Amino acid sequence: MDIKHGSGNIEANEILKWAYEHGLETSFQRASKIKQCPIGSSGACCRACNVGPCRLVGKKDEEELTGVCGANLPTVVSRNFLRMIAGGTAAHSDHARDMVLTLLAVARKETKDFEIKDVKKLFRVAGILDINYEGRAIHDVAHDVAMMFLQDFQRQNGELNYIKRAPKPTQERWRKWGIIPRNIDREVCEAMHRTSVGVDHEPENLLMHGLRTALADGWGGSMISTDVTDILFGTPYPMKAEASFGIFKEDEVNLVVHGHEPTLSEKIVEVVEEKEMIEYAKSKGAKGINLGGMCCTANEILMRHGIPTAGGFTNQEIGILTGIIDAITVDVQCIMPAIVELSKRFHTKIITTSAKGKMAGAIHIQYDEHRAKEIARQIVRIACDNYVNRKTKGSHITKKYPMIGGFSHEYIEYMQGGKFRASFRPLNDAIISGRIRGVVGLAGCDNPRVQSTGLHKHIALELIKNDVLIVSTGCGSAACGTAGYLIPEMALESAGPGLREVCEAIGIPPILHLGACVDNSRILTILSAMAEEGGLSNEIGGMPGVGIAPEWMSEKAIAIGCYFVASGVPVVFGGESPVGASKEVAKLLTDVCFERFKGAFHFEPDPDKMISLTLMYIDMARDALKLRRYEKGKYATDRILMDMAARREIERAAKPHIGF
Amino acid sequence: MSKLIATSTIRGARSIVKETEVLLEKTIQQKGKDYEFEFPDTAFYLPMIYALTGFPVKTLSDMKVALGFAQELLHDDPDENLWLPYLGETLDSGMATLFAEEIFLALRYINGDEPYIDKETGYTYNGFITDTIQRNLGVQLVDGTMPGFAAIIGAAPSEDIAVSIVRELQEKNILIFLSGQSNGDSVTKQLLRKGVELGWDSRIVPLGPHTEHTLYALDWAIRASLIFGAKKPGDFKEHLKYQKDRVFAFAIVLGELDDLKWATGAGAINMGFPAICDTDVPVIHPTGVCTYEEVDKELDHSRIVQRAIEVRGLKITVEKPPIPVAYGPAFEGERIRKEQTFIEFGGQRTPAFELVTMKEMEEIEDNKVVIIGDNWLEEYEKGGKMPLGIVVEVAGRKMQKDFETIIERKIHQILNEAQGIWHMGQRDINWIRISASAKSAGITLEHLGIILNTMIHSKFKSIVDKVQTLIYINETDVLRERQEAQKIYRQRDIRLSTLTDESVDTFYSCLLCQSFAPSHVCVITPERLGLCGAYNWLDGKAAYEIDPTGGNQPIPKGSLLDAKYGRYSGVDEYLKKASGGAVETLNLYTIMENPMTSCGCFECIVAIIPEANGVMVVNRGSQGMTPIGMKFSTLAGSVGGGMQTPGFMGIGVNFITSKKFLYGDGGIKRIVWMPAALKERIKEDFIIRAKEEGIPDLLDRIADETICEESDPLLEFLTQKQHPALEMDPILT
Repeated sequence: MDIKHGSGNIEANEILKWAYEHGLETSFQRASKIKQCPIGSSGACCRACNVGPCRLVGKKDEEELTGVCGANLPTVVSRNFLRMIAGGTAAHSDHARDMVLTLLAVARKETKDFEIKDVKKLFRVAGILDINYEGRAIHDVAHDVAMMFLQDFQRQNGELNYIKRAPKPTQERWRKWGIIPRNIDREVCEAMHRTSVGVDHEPENLLMHGLRTALADGWGGSMISTDVTDILFGTPYPMKAEASFGIFKEDEVNLVVHGHEPTLSEKIVEVVEEKEMIEYAKSKGAKGINLGGMCCTANEILMRHGIPTAGGFTNQEIGILTGIIDAITVDVQCIMPAIVELSKRFHTKIITTSAKGKMAGAIHIQYDEHRAKEIARQIVRIACDNYVNRKTKGSHITKKYPMIGGFSHEYIEYMQGGKFRASFRPLNDAIISGRIRGVVGLAGCDNPRVQSTGLHKHIALELIKNDVLIVSTGCGSAACGTAGYLIPEMALESAGPGLREVCEAIGIPPILHLGACVDNSRILTILSAMAEEGGLSNEIGGMPGVGIAPEWMSEKAIAIGCYFVASGVPVVFGGESPVGASKEVAKLLTDVCFERFKGAFHFEPDPDKMISLTLMYIDMARDALKLRRYEKGKYATDRILMDMAARREIERAAKPHIGF
Repeated sequence: MSKLIATSTIRGARSIVKETEVLLEKTIQQKGKDYEFEFPDTAFYLPMIYALTGFPVKTLSDMKVALGFAQELLHDDPDENLWLPYLGETLDSGMATLFAEEIFLALRYINGDEPYIDKETGYTYNGFITDTIQRNLGVQLVDGTMPGFAAIIGAAPSEDIAVSIVRELQEKNILIFLSGQSNGDSVTKQLLRKGVELGWDSRIVPLGPHTEHTLYALDWAIRASLIFGAKKPGDFKEHLKYQKDRVFAFAIVLGELDDLKWATGAGAINMGFPAICDTDVPVIHPTGVCTYEEVDKELDHSRIVQRAIEVRGLKITVEKPPIPVAYGPAFEGERIRKEQTFIEFGGQRTPAFELVTMKEMEEIEDNKVVIIGDNWLEEYEKGGKMPLGIVVEVAGRKMQKDFETIIERKIHQILNEAQGIWHMGQRDINWIRISASAKSAGITLEHLGIILNTMIHSKFKSIVDKVQTLIYINETDVLRERQEAQKIYRQRDIRLSTLTDESVDTFYSCLLCQSFAPSHVCVITPERLGLCGAYNWLDGKAAYEIDPTGGNQPIPKGSLLDAKYGRYSGVDEYLKKASGGAVETLNLYTIMENPMTSCGCFECIVAIIPEANGVMVVNRGSQGMTPIGMKFSTLAGSVGGGMQTPGFMGIGVNFITSKKFLYGDGGIKRIVWMPAALKERIKEDFIIRAKEEGIPDLLDRIADETICEESDPLLEFLTQKQHPALEMDPILT
């Protein structure tokens, strides 16, 4: 096979082999053929103006080389890096804007196709935003919430609404270093301005704005998107689902939703259940309609409806190779234009739905939230109509894996104590006692330049063996799901003894699927809740937690990485370092960021080194918190035994004066 | 593994909820949906449901609503493979079980099936625990004499093991509740067969023979946060946090567990109470719901109590004198009937007295017991009765004359806590019995001295450096020494009567209750004792000497800001700090404006009756209606928890006859109603005070429940008796 790495997803690899035999090309071949540009990948290419592009390579490059204008490597590298952050932030936040506008349309009763499914969450969000909700009409509250969120795209000065959700000491660090975002669009716009020719040349200044822009993603766009999606479609709770290519059915219409925004896909989930649609499919000779997801759209509807997933980014072409997908609908982000060409070799129809993302050769059906259901039905009909055209044989694999998804912040709190005792105390206790060594957010993309999903699998397995609890999002979740890792039995078979005890007590898998890549915001609120719960760090920084994106490829991953770093979480990314050309910038992102925010941004291609770096950060944090040094199978058993005097000291808290 | 526990619990919850539904429907059919119910003597409806949901269940149809809460908390069993998380669902099921059990037991009360009476033995179980008992135990809950609570469910493998577990708990001062059964036997039955004394006095309380009767213990626990913690009904987070942090309860489960035991246990775990089992059960060691392990096992019965105490995070320090019988508060209430008595002293049968007196250090040989009288052992061995004079001599660098009475008053408790020794009265009206079984265990007169020496050292560590006890047994010696003692008693009485709020410059606080009522502060002055009746000013002073960082702290009076209402600058300053800002200012001598707060274990409640222009005083234990339309239990619900509630106040009984009682409002002349039993109890002192006020027959002009329980007839009576309150300035201004 002319593929360097292939996929870690066994079924994907089988199909790739079949494709090779049939002369069909995918990203895997192209990644083997096309080398990464060594100048661009290390951040040394400056194309800010038409005097250039200047490539800053050569001996003593960092000390001596500059572009024509005099911009040196640290400037160029940090400028490029800032542009990546701006790109990623723009993606999540434009997504968030659409969600907020949908909420506003619902509040104004401009659309009948959406409703507020989770009133409790609406009220919770209203509470956070200081919006009065008691005794008010739901739509009025929703209106105020939407308008308040829109402020995050409009106000010129001040702070984003959700900054206050972070622990106070974390906020203080942000204020001290001047990186609290004012307005999501403003930070992105300013990032573009600063990086245009002849504006900001100081690496530290550029990177601090980079962190500010990233915070506008994490505590702005992403968090808003997660919350509004929960309000409109329900806060997830655990449910069973399936993963990999066996989810497609020979005798049913197979329709795939791919991309990121959940609004249209939610409607498709609804309409495929409609009798009329099923009848329509049957009229075409199919037994029914089988909906599957890909990429983060899959995560959204898997978290809320248990719709199966065919996997992440690198599986999108492979899906078409099964030959039994009748239509793929896509919206925005991470969609390979290659699927259009590949689909021509089969009967599969590619349907673009967003004005922001079109592809030549695809059918375009413009999505509009005001008539969402109608559009959803139109798409389902296209898929049904196409069922009869299945002629080209593909490689259909029947293997699929069960999985548990649906771990929202709210459910994670609930699962640790039920309705009455919900808290993060058990998790904090488990970390303190050493049952859980630390927590890792395993996120980011899958990537054909390495064994796609293979790094995720390797790292996940090693970490849970070492008693590290994993929370996964985005294509990290898809990688673990298609490996069969997201099941509770995994704790019994593969987790370290302490993590296993905790998983058994709660009944969870050792890897918790938190949702799509925008749902990395759930990790931020979980860390904040852990800080508030007490016993560990009183801020996000200093927690025994690390973020890993071993196969990242999207600019969104860089934005996510940066908002974790600024919030106080060290992150380890795989692949080539986009700041590899400048030691100064790399140092700013590691040592300086650690000193200021207790986060650090590492790029490390070797998966085993990623693991040791991660464990080093976790153990360092445990030491700093004076927790028991991690030792497999041994837990802190210190007990504070309470006599009467100790009980009197528990709480001398002020009580409000209550008159009679 | 814990999935088994989850499955059992979730199933157990569904089944008890179903069973309760059936019983509820049947009862509604028989009694009608508007049939009213309340548990005996509680102001808190069905306390668990009330505390956690805020919903007051008053009728059968209310029960239907409340059972709906339980139904909402039910779940499906976890799957065999590929299970969804179950811990939250299990804990919810546990709570559903408690709600259902509470309704179930209420229905049994309605049907006359509770408290449960054992058909075989005729034994009547305790059933629901009243508010009164809870408040009676208030002081013990906070002063360390009742540091924890054990619920034993099931039956021990043998009667001897049952006895040894219970004795170990008793010696550790832990209150024991018994419920449930295992293989048709139960610890209650095992103890009954072994002749162990059961009941509140011995701190072994059988609640009922079934698992669901355990709920009575949890109902008792949850009222601690309602009464002492002033947590709002419905604020379940606060209630459960309080339970976890402050109510040191745990379960010892003996014998195999069934679904209902697991489900009830899961309810208890919600409250932070762990379970320790003596069978090979799955364990849950990760912590966080409970302070430490949630479920643990200990197959060795000789270690199960120690393990349970550790798992709950309880620290118990027990001082025991070197005597051949058990010792501890659990034996304080033990009775020794005439036929069980080997020998007795005093009690109008022989001359007797007891006295504590201060000496110089060199006059005392530490820990010595001197028995004065020839052939004392022979005389003792004869049994029957004997004269007895006990003189305890103490010395210490920080000892003060005023502390003699404090130590002397402790003799009662110190001797009583020995198993087989019984003490009553004080000074020259004391009465002591030693049981035949204590005698056969080897107790002699010498042990009385040993007990006193050891325990006085232990309780008064930092003020008593040396102690010795003299015991007189010859009648002539006793009579002579008693005369000397009587002189001392008189001098002390005179000293006490000159102790006034004006004559001292320091008051004392009592913060003992802060372990349960975190913002309550008692201010104790010479003329106002603590509201629990257990601590007066001298106690406070001595306690501070004993432990300068303890629960009693000096309050420099500062300047007198208001003589009529009793407001002092030092008191206000202190209170702000000690109450955590909850109380800004305090008037010691009025009920109307910024009165003293209460923890919840007050002996009496004073409440204004505006139409009578006066107040009523109701004592704890009074169960009847009062003229303001509330029973004691209901009134008490609105006074506790460290809140200032003008018009309502908790006090100690002896405060009624203090000159400072409502001094700013007109004193005892304001009292228009008191239960007859209370009138009888304070009669002697009250008449003296009434004379001082110039109305010698005031007590007869005060109404009680035999005269009226309502407002209108009260006014009639007062008018007829020309009660002074009617002529006084309006109490409400």
